[in-house]
Amino acid sequence: MPSAREINRRIKSVTNTQQITKAMKMVSSVRLRRAQERALATAPFTEKIEGMLRRLSAALPGDDSPFFKKREVHRTCYIVIGADKGLAGAYSSNVNKALVSVLKDRRRDGIYLMVTGRKPVEYLKHLRVTPEFKWTGFSDKPQFSHAQKLAAQVTKQFLDGDFDEVYLIYTQFKSALSQEVQMTKLLPISQEAVAEKKGPEEEYLFAPDAQQVLSTLLPQYLNMVVYNGLLQSAASELGARMTAMTSATDNAGELIDKLTVHYNKVRQAGITNELTEIVSGANALQ
Amino acid sequence: MADTKKTIQLEIITPDASVFKGEVDFVLVRALDGDLGIMPSHAPLLASLQIWPLMYEKDHDRNGIFVVGGFLEVKNNTVTVITPNAELSGSIDRKRAEEAKRRAEKRLNAKTQDIDVERAQLALHRAIGRIVTVTQYGKKIK
Repeated sequence: MPSAREINRRIKSVTNTQQITKAMKMVSSVRLRRAQERALATAPFTEKIEGMLRRLSAALPGDDSPFFKKREVHRTCYIVIGADKGLAGAYSSNVNKALVSVLKDRRRDGIYLMVTGRKPVEYLKHLRVTPEFKWTGFSDKPQFSHAQKLAAQVTKQFLDGDFDEVYLIYTQFKSALSQEVQMTKLLPISQEAVAEKKGPEEEYLFAPDAQQVLSTLLPQYLNMVVYNGLLQSAASELGARMTAMTSATDNAGELIDKLTVHYNKVRQAGITNELTEIVSGANALQ
Repeated sequence: MADTKKTIQLEIITPDASVFKGEVDFVLVRALDGDLGIMPSHAPLLASLQIWPLMYEKDHDRNGIFVVGGFLEVKNNTVTVITPNAELSGSIDRKRAEEAKRRAEKRLNAKTQDIDVERAQLALHRAIGRIVTVTQYGKKIK
């Protein structure tokens, strides 16, 4: 049975922890709101660029751009988008799970790993796997330039033939309570998927010509897909952290209540004990 | 059949925001193969742009927006420009652009093996584009 003083110390320590988790919860909820706004702000850009790609594909059916060309797959590149910091509930472990399932499926030399975020990098170290490329330090505040750099690197190596397909593993933000790890194919771009279903509605003019517009549009399209992945993952990370910290704060509150009840009981028992001793001592003197 | 409207809708979108939206009389951009002028009721068009200021005219007043490459689409009397980055002429820091230009030129002239020529050239283009934007359209913004 711990003494009243020990319990009191425990209460104080839990209160301190609760203050920290509460602060983290508030910080991440503010940042989550901002991240969501940014994810929303990219929607018109995404929509437009996809629309342009559709119209171009309709104008150039069966284009033999290397971005579209399916090759025999010897090596697959996975771009993994993870978190830099922990305390985000199951967020990091979900990303790691996806990573493990990828590693299990293929022989190591059939995989090219590009990992962003410190958590997945550390996890790979623990598995004794060295990623071919890693980049950390921006997981909760991605900029368009990060996406540009990633996409440029992956495009160059794809065209050089370092790998034959590229997948993007990121976390889709659904709500603060639910996020889902997703794997989408980045390269080669499947032309059937982007081509407009219905016939060409209007004749478009192209400057300089359709081929050239397409070859400049495709890298931008990739940038955008990667940027979207980064933004979704950032929002997911912050959402998961907010949820985790909310429940941590609630749990700390419950613990404090329990400990307080316990403390009072021990204190009462002590007082009763002392009283009994005094009374029985007085009785003995009579 | 086509009703001849007097103005055309211009919208400039970057990944993070919509930089400009409004009715204008005329738009001038530089596509990969040269300047393109767009008047109201233009035919549908898709074009790739260079790193160069876009000019629009409204009520005989010309204004410039610096666009860092990107694309232009004309459809239903609407010009949509999507670009990785766009800056209004009033928000450009001329001194910084000039410094960037000097740095890029220095890098290009250094003739050392380990410079990224492509990057330096892009930086130079951006700097020149910014300076042109400021010199041609900068003073009009109050």
